[in-house]
Amino acid sequence: MDLRIAGPDPTPDERAAVDSILGQAVSAWAGGTRDLDTESHSAHVGGHEARSRRELLLPALHAVQDRFGWVPPSAMNYICRRLLVPPAEAHGVATFYHLFSLTPRPPAVMHVCDDIACRVSGAEGVCRELANTTTAWQRSPCLGQCERAPAWLVIASGDTPRAKEATSLDALLRSTPQSGTPGLRLIQRIGQVDPESLTAYQATRGYEALRKAVVLGAEAVIREVTVSKLMGRGGAAFPTGRKWDAVAKAPVHPHYLVCNADESEPGTFKDRIVMEGDPFALVEGMTIAGFATGSEKGYLYIRGEYPLAAMRMQTAIDAARAAGLLGANVMGAGFAFDIEIRRGAGAYICGEETALFNSIEGKRGEPRNKPPFPVQSGLFGKPTAINNVETLVNVPLIVREGGEAFAGIGTSGSTGPKLFCVSGHVERPGLYELPFGPTLRDVIALAGGVRGGKPIRAILLGGAAGVFVGPDKLDMPLTFEGTRAAGATLGSGVVMVFDESVDLADILGRIAEFFRDESCGQCVPCRVGTVRQEELLQRLRAGAPIGSYKDEIALFKEIAQVMRDASICGLGQTAANAIESALITLDPVPRNGSRS
Amino acid sequence: MGGGTNSYSEIENTEVILLWGSNARETHPIFFHHLLKGVHNGAKLYTIDPRRTSSARWADSWLGLDIGSDIALANAVGREIIAAGLHHQEFIEHATTGFEEYARVVESYTLEYAERETGVPANVIREMAYTYATAKTGMICWTLGITEHHNAVDNVLSLINLALLTGKVGRYACGLNPLRGQNNVQGGGDMGALPDRLPGFQHVEVDEYRHKFEAKWGATIPPKRGKNLTQMFEAMATKELRALYVIGENPLQSEADQNHARHLLEDLDFMIVQDIFLTRTAELAHVVLPAAAAWCESEGTVTNSERRVQRVRKAMEPPKGARDDISILFELAKRMGRDWGTPNSEAIWDELRALSPVHAGMSYARLEAAKGLQWPCYDETHPGELFLHSRLWEQPLTGPRVAFNPVEHDPPVERLTPEYPFRLTTGRRLSEYNTGVQTAGYDSPLRRPETLDLAPEDAERLGVREGELVRVSSRRGTVDVAVRVDDCLRPGMTFMTLHFQDDVATNVLTIDATDPKSGTAEFKAAAVRVERL
Amino acid sequence: MNDESYWFRPPPRSRELPMAPVRDEPPPVEITIDGRALHASPNATILEVCRRIGIDTPTLCYLENLTPVNVCRVCVVEVVGSRTLVPACSRRVEGGMVILTDSPRVRLSRKMVLEFLGSSVDLSTAPQARGYLARYEASPTRYGSPAPPASANERDQREPGHHRAPSGETSETVAQPTKVDNDLYIRDYSKCILCYKCVEACGTDAQNTFAIAVAGRGFDARISTELNVPLPDSACVYCGNCIGVCPTGALMFKSEHDMRKAGTWNEPAQTQTDTICSYCGVGCTLTLHVQDNTIVKVTSPMDVSVTHGHLCIKGRFGFEHVQNRQDEPK
Repeated sequence: MDLRIAGPDPTPDERAAVDSILGQAVSAWAGGTRDLDTESHSAHVGGHEARSRRELLLPALHAVQDRFGWVPPSAMNYICRRLLVPPAEAHGVATFYHLFSLTPRPPAVMHVCDDIACRVSGAEGVCRELANTTTAWQRSPCLGQCERAPAWLVIASGDTPRAKEATSLDALLRSTPQSGTPGLRLIQRIGQVDPESLTAYQATRGYEALRKAVVLGAEAVIREVTVSKLMGRGGAAFPTGRKWDAVAKAPVHPHYLVCNADESEPGTFKDRIVMEGDPFALVEGMTIAGFATGSEKGYLYIRGEYPLAAMRMQTAIDAARAAGLLGANVMGAGFAFDIEIRRGAGAYICGEETALFNSIEGKRGEPRNKPPFPVQSGLFGKPTAINNVETLVNVPLIVREGGEAFAGIGTSGSTGPKLFCVSGHVERPGLYELPFGPTLRDVIALAGGVRGGKPIRAILLGGAAGVFVGPDKLDMPLTFEGTRAAGATLGSGVVMVFDESVDLADILGRIAEFFRDESCGQCVPCRVGTVRQEELLQRLRAGAPIGSYKDEIALFKEIAQVMRDASICGLGQTAANAIESALITLDPVPRNGSRS
Repeated sequence: MGGGTNSYSEIENTEVILLWGSNARETHPIFFHHLLKGVHNGAKLYTIDPRRTSSARWADSWLGLDIGSDIALANAVGREIIAAGLHHQEFIEHATTGFEEYARVVESYTLEYAERETGVPANVIREMAYTYATAKTGMICWTLGITEHHNAVDNVLSLINLALLTGKVGRYACGLNPLRGQNNVQGGGDMGALPDRLPGFQHVEVDEYRHKFEAKWGATIPPKRGKNLTQMFEAMATKELRALYVIGENPLQSEADQNHARHLLEDLDFMIVQDIFLTRTAELAHVVLPAAAAWCESEGTVTNSERRVQRVRKAMEPPKGARDDISILFELAKRMGRDWGTPNSEAIWDELRALSPVHAGMSYARLEAAKGLQWPCYDETHPGELFLHSRLWEQPLTGPRVAFNPVEHDPPVERLTPEYPFRLTTGRRLSEYNTGVQTAGYDSPLRRPETLDLAPEDAERLGVREGELVRVSSRRGTVDVAVRVDDCLRPGMTFMTLHFQDDVATNVLTIDATDPKSGTAEFKAAAVRVERL
Repeated sequence: MNDESYWFRPPPRSRELPMAPVRDEPPPVEITIDGRALHASPNATILEVCRRIGIDTPTLCYLENLTPVNVCRVCVVEVVGSRTLVPACSRRVEGGMVILTDSPRVRLSRKMVLEFLGSSVDLSTAPQARGYLARYEASPTRYGSPAPPASANERDQREPGHHRAPSGETSETVAQPTKVDNDLYIRDYSKCILCYKCVEACGTDAQNTFAIAVAGRGFDARISTELNVPLPDSACVYCGNCIGVCPTGALMFKSEHDMRKAGTWNEPAQTQTDTICSYCGVGCTLTLHVQDNTIVKVTSPMDVSVTHGHLCIKGRFGFEHVQNRQDEPK
């Protein structure tokens, strides 16, 4: 490509940081040094092959961001030269993700979560304290640590970049109060088994399922998964067996498997704990999925705010590869499968599957229009099975126990065990596993009930994209069909409890702010709708409606409807759900037009 | 018939593209849009150019041959294809003649020889040969990098041979396409503005054609070919040619060896220049006829590089005193005693249609409705041909076979010597055009003054920095020009444009060694010396 | 030339017309649009079928010569059974589809999209969008009074994931000063609806220069060069194809911008004449917009196979040589 890359050359350190991902530059025409012996009369960069490395853009930006705490223009230029990415496009990509900074940042920055769960657990206090210190900090949307709210994450740059996070088994134990209880099927190892030891995993029935899968064959594995009636746990509840079957049968090759670990739905932290506490289970689940769908390559896309999970997963992948459980001939069974981790860089929208594909491909995380669906045209335009972490860790269980046995767990419409992220005003916030079926009341009770025994004001189900319900809905079964019947949603399994002390209007304001920040900006309904929604809420909270309160509610409903009906993706389609549900049923703001 | 064999749309659907001696990215930007569509659709792109141009930067493989070694490269490609048995035997037997002779001639063009002569590594040449030969479809496109040489026609023939060898002509998305440098070069040829042709490529030495025109025109046509531009200058030198009528050209600045050209033009007994500008050539003229701009102040047609005849229309009134070209010619005829009536472009076009079978179907109404038609277009129901020479694949063959024309490598006339050690080649930039008389009119933010582009190593060796003024001399003249360091060049190569002749008269340096067959000068290869000032 | 006759005479006509290979066309499917049953190719989009049968569907980000990005959502239609509305511009028809192009849901979404744009973007030079606003009775003023414009380059520096909390007193807009950094064209992003067309025309759909891209996120998303550098420092080659596709006048010839400012822009008095560019041999069709015997703008028709509406710097801007007429008495 005839790129025009003006501006400064990279420093040796910047070059080294980028080369650590991309390798040494081989051509003067792609960032290397001029060598007349090899390139005076011919060159082979610029064509298809050289342009096909765009997918390394985010890893390269990460390398620079990790090393320097920001992305200097000179380093950016070097990345552009190496990957033949136009600088304007690289700029467009870098400015999409909030963990990349194009202006200098201090070497360590504390990201303080002020999102819903942390908000009701003292986040503002943390911010106030920090405001009086010299610490470099900034507010952050949900960090996925709601069980230990108020939460923060320190991201430090340097030669060996590290994120400071609790790392011990104790931490896992605190996050999973059920740990050690018999009868757990998905999280039985968490807090009990060394997450960095393959041997320990194997000693607890690890890799039994993969061995069995290989004997069964790919088609039979898909059959078992279909029989199990496993539904996707990421929020959309699509039958996993059908998805796999479509990919396995797709005539176009290669096929890809993608694990969506971009867990960013406020209130959700289950995938983080699974990856931190039982990483091999995910590796095994992905391997079985890869085998079943005929995918030789699996991508594991982990949100940027989960450095410990990413580290644990990398350790597990490396160990599995070393043991022949990943690679060109997995278990000597004659199939190839390997996993590559991709880190997100701060963008909720990348949890949307097609936005995630674009992000892996080195683009802005903008969702694609569907159809075509990922099973036809997904990552790199190829047939792709994309599953959530929780979905995939169910797979070894299904293969080991059989699809029918799995289908016997839970209800007829919601089979298997389910993970719930319980947070907010409960005694023991944390990750809980239950077979499908219990009611909302049961789940809250499992978490020790409301803190201090206070009455419940509201419960947020499914996260910011979910809905609020009042205490009148406590007997709703937390199943796909039960929540649907009640006009609610199970979403990602978030159960966030608010007692009467909560300022619900403030929570709604935070949700509106969240969607305004996290909208990718691509389609008009969401890009402008999320702004108008936030402004409208502000007017109501300020007691200064345009026209009457009723007029504003009518306007809100129209805003909600166009977002729901005409947005490209689930973000816009659900961005008004929680707020609308609260406005209609919970009276969060005074109707009299004056501030309470 | 001379013209690009394909339509632009075909390059969007071909498998292999050989862009040879062309920086289409800058000189034919909208054609390059089509080419890039092909690339995005998966076509493999080879660029063959001494410089790593902006076009070459898109290539899967850039073959940076030494200037003037095109035939050595093309013949080696041909030899490799034959040696690997990848030539299209069936097509060769069906539709060509002279294959054995061709095979014999290229036999000595081994990869080793080609690497030595061109500088391009043998494996790169072989890879291109195999890819081109084995692809189902492939197109070769070229521009002045092929034709501004003393052996321009041979260069072209060497490329035609490759297409014949692999059967890549006469089929969809296969063919040979010269990208025309000026908006109506093709149309000029179509209309018989060639020394040996009447309109519609009908040879003036064929009685049948000539008689047809004579009958229509009521005038006698000399039964032998005239002179091409180079021969005209030669005739000026021998004083055989004493008067010149120049329409819309600026030969004083566009001809190679400018000092020599100036001398010849000044020496003429009589020169008329008809132009929209008072060009440097016009300044030397005895009579200047101010013309309207053909493309926006008058009516007519032009033909593009895909043989598409399109209408130009009058959008505005010309400046006071300027007239459109046909009005001037009609008036001139009248003064010479022939009244051609009222000038009317459509009437003239209809006369052409009556005389040129390949244009017969192109009425103004159809050109309007179809937004241009491609020749040949034989009658008013004919849609025009998407690509040429499909007859070669018809069973049985329609018309005569086509001949391989074996050609031999012949390096540039002017050799490099210790006194003139640099190779100077010339070309164009994106936002400028030819001698700059038109493009000087607008303020391009991309514009930068003329420079001598030098390889970084040469700049260092000469001890000159970017922007520093140097003196460039050839055996014919000298100019002073600022240096620009350009890593698209390798040591020994220098580059200049011809856009700023008033400031830096590049063409005092260039050589007027010309191709005897086409009359084009070797603008692409002069020998120069560069000195610090 | 060893075959004299071949050289002297044009070769004979081929017996058959040379043609492009014919692609297999799938059999048509039956669909229903607004109660009308009809057949259409499954390769056709809903928009194409609508246009064929005379249903006027509004579009802003769609253009025949660009890949549909389906971001403006003003073309949405209702497909019975589909949870959400679908973009007509990119959704292909499927057998059995029942499509409603004017249902209450469709009308509401179109109205709201237009209100969102009308309340946040200056549509004063977007007659087409203004027409849609009227047609759908959109009322952009009901979101309150617009916030004051951003200062120069302020929007270009906004970081993703954070924004200033709104006061609720005004409604946010993209208003900002016009970027004037070269003599050929201006960028007034107060008028930008972020339809992506300019990015597509600068990118793989035409020019492949990639001088601009969408940067930032959410409402702060904007069209930008790398680090927001001025165009002369960017990769821009001034083909002006972005101007050619801009639906709102955010990108404009500087000549037009200046004339509008001076109050001399008079579109009804302008003629548009198609001719062929006078430069290289590609033969691009130019549409010359002439006012008072002066070229004030150059475009190219989209339905011309040579250009598909796209030009280069010379074709688009290189016309001044025919109007540098200082010597001519006015």
